[in-house]
Parts: sequence; C-alpha cells; structure tokens
Amino acid sequence: MNYSRRWMLAAVAVAIVALAAGSGCKKSKVNPFPASGAVAGWEKTGDTRVFAAKDLWQYIDGDAEQYISAGVISTSTSDYKYQGQLEAVVDVHTMGSPDGARKILETGTSDAKAASLGDAGVAYEQSVIFRKGPYLVRIVAYESTPGTPQALMALAHGVEAKL
Amino acid sequence: MKNRREFLKNAATGALMLGSQGKFGLASVLGQHAKADPSRLVVASDPALHAKDGRPDEQRVLDLLDRAMTAYTGRDHAVEAWKRIIPRDKVIGLKVNTVGLKPIATHLVLVLAIAERLQQAGVRAGNILVWERTAEELEAGGFTINTNPARIRCYGSDVAGFEDQVETWGVARVQLSKILTRECALVLNLPVLKDHADAGVTFAMKNMYGVIKMVDLKSLHTNICNPGIADVNCIPAIRDKVRLTIGDAISALYDGGPLFHPEHMWHPNALMVGADRVALDQAAWNMIERKRAEVGLPTLEAKGRAPRYIATAADARHQVGCNDLQRCGLMEV
Repeated sequence: MNYSRRWMLAAVAVAIVALAAGSGCKKSKVNPFPASGAVAGWEKTGDTRVFAAKDLWQYIDGDAEQYISAGVISTSTSDYKYQGQLEAVVDVHTMGSPDGARKILETGTSDAKAASLGDAGVAYEQSVIFRKGPYLVRIVAYESTPGTPQALMALAHGVEAKL
Repeated sequence: MKNRREFLKNAATGALMLGSQGKFGLASVLGQHAKADPSRLVVASDPALHAKDGRPDEQRVLDLLDRAMTAYTGRDHAVEAWKRIIPRDKVIGLKVNTVGLKPIATHLVLVLAIAERLQQAGVRAGNILVWERTAEELEAGGFTINTNPARIRCYGSDVAGFEDQVETWGVARVQLSKILTRECALVLNLPVLKDHADAGVTFAMKNMYGVIKMVDLKSLHTNICNPGIADVNCIPAIRDKVRLTIGDAISALYDGGPLFHPEHMWHPNALMVGADRVALDQAAWNMIERKRAEVGLPTLEAKGRAPRYIATAADARHQVGCNDLQRCGLMEV
C-alpha cells in the first residue's frame, strides 16, 4: 500500500468513527404522541403542533411565562378522542433540564393524587401531569365521565412509553 | 345593591335614550347612561343551568340571557330589550374569548343565544360577526369558521388583518384589528371569568388584548399587566365601539388560568351584563376571591398578583369606569 492510499484509508476510518460518535451523541428526535389505536380506544384527531419557547404565548397565552422561566425549549401538542366521544389534549413540554420539569410539576395543588408515571406524576379527575427526564407532560380531558380517569391514565402510559 | 324599582327606572331611561339618539341608534346609550347609572351591572344566575350531561342547557341559557337583558334594559321582553340597544343595519361583532381550550372558552350555546335574539331584533345573520384573534383559536374553542356573508360570520383577526397605524396610549403601542376598525359598528364583549397568571383576573378589560396586535408584547404584560390593560382600554376605537359586555360566568377558573385547568374550574352559572368594564372586572375579581377563600386558597393579593389594573382603569387619568361597587347599580337576578 502506498503512502497516499494509507492516508486515504485513515481519513475514511476517522470519518466513519466521527459519524458514529456523532450519531451516538445526538438526541434522537422523540415523537411522544401515540398513533391512533396504539392505546386502546384513543384516536389522534389532530396534527401535532410545535411551538418554540419564543412563540409559546401563541398557544398558552397568559401561561407561557411560567414555562419560559422554568426553561422550556419547545412545546408539542395534539388532540385526541376516546371512543369517539371524550376529547382530550396532550401537551409535551421539552424543558432544558429535569429541574425545569420538576419546577412546573411542583406547582400542582394539594388535592392531586400521586400517579405512577415517569419520574413523578399526579392525577386529577380530568387531567394527568407527569415528568420524565426533561419532559413535562400534561393531558387534559374536556369532560368528566366515570371512565375519564382510567382512560387518561392509559393514554399517559402510552405517551410515557414513547419518551 | 340597588332595589329593582330604582334600578329599572334608571335602566329604562338609558334604554330610551339609546333608541332615540346617536349614529347607530345605540350610539348615545352609554352617554345617556352616564347621566343615569353608567356603571350599573346585572348578575343573572341559574343554579340549574347545567343539564345532567354536564353541559349548559340551551333553553336555560337563552332564558338566563333574556333575564339578564330585560333586567339590564328595564324592558319587559327580551327582543324589545335588544331592539333598544342594537342598530339593525350595521355589523355587530361578538368578541369571544377562546384562549384556554373549549371547556373554558365563551360558550357556543351563549353565542348562539345572543345571535338568535339579535336576528329576532332585526339584525341580518351576515351582519353578526363572531371573532377572536385567530381562526385556530376559534376552532379550538369549538367554533366553525365561516366567511360566507349570507350566514353568521366567524373568523379571526388573522384573516381580516390589522391596521398599519400604531395606536398609542400610555404604555400601549398596538395595531387594531380591522374587524374592530372597519367591519363592526359596535362590539359586544363576551369574555370568560378566569384567574390569570399574568394579570390576576381576566374578564371584561383583559379581553381587549384580543382585538389588538401588540407592537411591544412585554410592556403590556409587565407588573401584572398594570397599566397595560387600563391603557389598552383607553384607545378610542376600543372605548367607543365596545359598548356592552355580556360576561360568560357559566363556567369559570379560580386558579391556574387562563388555560383550562379542570381541577380549578367551577360553575357560577351566571351571566354578568354591563357597559362599564371596570365595574364588571371588580365584580369578577370579587367572585374569584370568594371562591378562592371557599376552597382555602390564598388571595390574589397574597399570591402577588392582585389585578391592580382595575383601579388604574378607574383613576382620573384613565376614567374607563368605576371600581367602587357600592356606587354601581349592581343587581342580582
């Protein structure tokens, strides 16, 4: 093998190693939203919308500031429907660190029940909130029915599994 | 609280004046009310408003609206009440509030009830324009977009656009929605009673943030939106065209607002009607504080977000209205 060919092989090897290392470091793009039918009874009824921190007010006007001060990077949201009737919305806030997600979750009220979801979670009659790593997930049902809490928990587990 | 006879006497005087004078028939009403009872407001409630399925009953909402409007105007019949205060041949805007998801948006059933009475009072369907900042927000609130002028129209300021000219009042530097400036002869303000993370309380005056495009977003939100909200309500087009508020307190948020937090929602089952947005906001603040006390939450003052913009709006510089409910003609029906 001549000198130049050896150099070329070395360069290719370095490029391959760099590419592999790069892809290993890069965070995989998370899609936390279960597709229709992935969680029994739940249908994804809308497109996923994504808001950067600076545009968050367009989605949660009046409430954006607390997420921004907790270090939100972006918020993704999608609508769902359970058994064709119960409407719900899933918000996934990607925070800069787990601390940001913890800060938001801690603002919950005392009447919340602890929920076994992610790193920590709480459940109310019509909503579920949990954090997992830097993600803060809030799922809210539009109506309260006898089956709402159970249906929300199932959807929450579906989201958790995708994070 | 004023007694019914005293209240109705003033209301009837105001209504008559409304019908007989002014550019749009309604136009002078508020001016004449100023001589009569400018800050009077009606709180109408029905404890059985929600049906067994948890939704407001359509007929009961219509009945509640009728009760509120007849009490407010002093007329015996609802359609007559509307005829007295609405110009029939002009576009009437219904500025709803759909920030915060459908369960805590202006109830569609209330908007339909108002639209029904407007049409019975002689307003053409196409002259009724339901609007909010964006079409997306309207749809999220459960409304269907329609630009067909043969039917009740419903679209956002994103469709109509904003004036190029920047209006300035105090810290407010804003562009006005063309729906307000060019389309509507008058606007009925249909806010929702809610706690608000940035403002303390959102109701009649805060809903005006939805008729503008903010040139400087921050100045209108700093210091618990004070004086931002008061300043915006002093902009002439808003002061002049937004004549009457029919506040939706059918469902409300006592904490966690303005977004829908079902765990903080309650059902006052009420409508709050008045021309004085300051008086309405003061009454709204009182309602929220009463509910917070009932569930054991600290006051908004203690949480550092008392809505001081209400007092600012009532001060000598702003004069948007009156925040002393002892002096207002508050009537509960």
